[in-house]
Amino acid sequence: MRNNFDFSKRNGAGRGDIVLGVFALFLLYLLYSSGFFTAAAWQDFNRRFYQNFIKDRRYMMLVDGLKATLFMTSGATLIGLTVGLILSVIRVAYKGGAPIPVLNKLANTYITVLRGTPAMVQLLIWNFTIFASARNLNTQYIAILAFGLNSGAYVAEIFRGGIESIDPGQMEAARSLGLNYTDSMRFVILPQALKNVIPMLFNEFIAMLKETSVAGYIGIDDLTRAGQNIQALTLEHSQPLVMVAIIYLVIVLFLTHLVRKLEEWLSRGRR
Amino acid sequence: MAVIEVKDLHKTFIRQDGRILNVLNGISTEINKGEKIAVIGPSGSGKSTFLRCLNQMEEPTKGTVIFNGEDITAPGCDINRVRRKMGMVFQHFHLFPHLTVRKNLILSPVRHKLMTPDEAEVKAQELLARVGLADKIDEWPDRLSGGQKQRVAIARALAMNPEVLLFDEPTSALDPEMIGEVLDVMKELADSGMTMYLVTHEMGFAHKIADRVLFIDNGIISEQGTPDEVFDNPQKPRTKEFLSKVLHR
Repeated sequence: MRNNFDFSKRNGAGRGDIVLGVFALFLLYLLYSSGFFTAAAWQDFNRRFYQNFIKDRRYMMLVDGLKATLFMTSGATLIGLTVGLILSVIRVAYKGGAPIPVLNKLANTYITVLRGTPAMVQLLIWNFTIFASARNLNTQYIAILAFGLNSGAYVAEIFRGGIESIDPGQMEAARSLGLNYTDSMRFVILPQALKNVIPMLFNEFIAMLKETSVAGYIGIDDLTRAGQNIQALTLEHSQPLVMVAIIYLVIVLFLTHLVRKLEEWLSRGRR
Repeated sequence: MAVIEVKDLHKTFIRQDGRILNVLNGISTEINKGEKIAVIGPSGSGKSTFLRCLNQMEEPTKGTVIFNGEDITAPGCDINRVRRKMGMVFQHFHLFPHLTVRKNLILSPVRHKLMTPDEAEVKAQELLARVGLADKIDEWPDRLSGGQKQRVAIARALAMNPEVLLFDEPTSALDPEMIGEVLDVMKELADSGMTMYLVTHEMGFAHKIADRVLFIDNGIISEQGTPDEVFDNPQKPRTKEFLSKVLHR
């Protein structure tokens, strides 16, 4: 799963770079012709930047929002991994002949329902129906539960795919050496399956980071909502949300970079 | 004395569409200590299924397999213990790609406490030298050629000190120029007195090393004998037809 987008190793500019360059020049021209680079415009930009982010330490609203976003993402991912692992083991074991038809049916239903409905609808149901009377509960925990259980259904499919992607011959070879089923799983199948799915689990984390942006709907001041809160204070329509988008993008790019490094590290020893 | 004794082995597969497939229709034979048996036959004749029934990779529908006097098809039999004495070499090698060659060889002996890690290490070096790959001990399987992989797979099977080695078409997935190096290793093994059961399409090699050749067709042993008898003077029309096709004569 090597990526083909490693610009650092490419010699010279490709066609994509030229298109991007032309596009950037065009944007610059537009900005220039609309007076963006005049001193007055620059002063106006600075004034609004001050209003939105510096005055009354409003940047702290974004920082706190980011904390809430990262907290929810991490918590939900942990729940998702746990639930997903349990679900996938149930399904693989059932397929392998374990007598657990009821558990398997439950797992299948869980996965179908949670993958077949929007995460945001699930979030609203958790908050306004299931936990409607739990007023003292921190809504962030409700969000973690909702996003985590939702993610579990996807992670289950990732794990199951990972285990099933391993050549059945691997299990046969392990068994032919006298290893029992559990040992074969533990020493031969799962290490390979896990290695295959780690990048996908990271991607699930990245998707979750963006997914939590709807948490504002149940009154959580996450990063997105923090941007809206600043908007409400300053009546400023663009800067806060663009800033929020930039913050998301920087984090996603950083995590994506980590996944690529991880993939390279994992594929060492492979041709 | 017979190491493996097979009595009236049947295997029936029930396919997903409900059709019943009779793959083995009553096979009885014995494999004696030190004997080399080559199994030939058309594809789909049941020769690989028969081999896989010997170490219970497939559960026979009917019949018994007796290994060193013990009925290993009996319900209470600890098949994992039996398999440690019956090495298996696969058509597609099935090395463990997440482990180095060294760890491929020592995983099972150490896990089963047949050897200490140090003993297993020494044994691994010795076996790799024997198959001509002493310098590959720290290599990853994916960096080896097909022939090298199969030689490592043979060494991995040998690491358990098996009494019998089962070869399931060990050269069928190899590029032609790599077949020789694997056959050389197998020849050396045969000369050293190993008991071998070999399913193969390499008729020349079967002729050279086998004590007995089985021709399996439609799930039964339709003809057997010494290589000279089966290859040079086949009795059944089906055997003649098969040999004329594979030997182009």
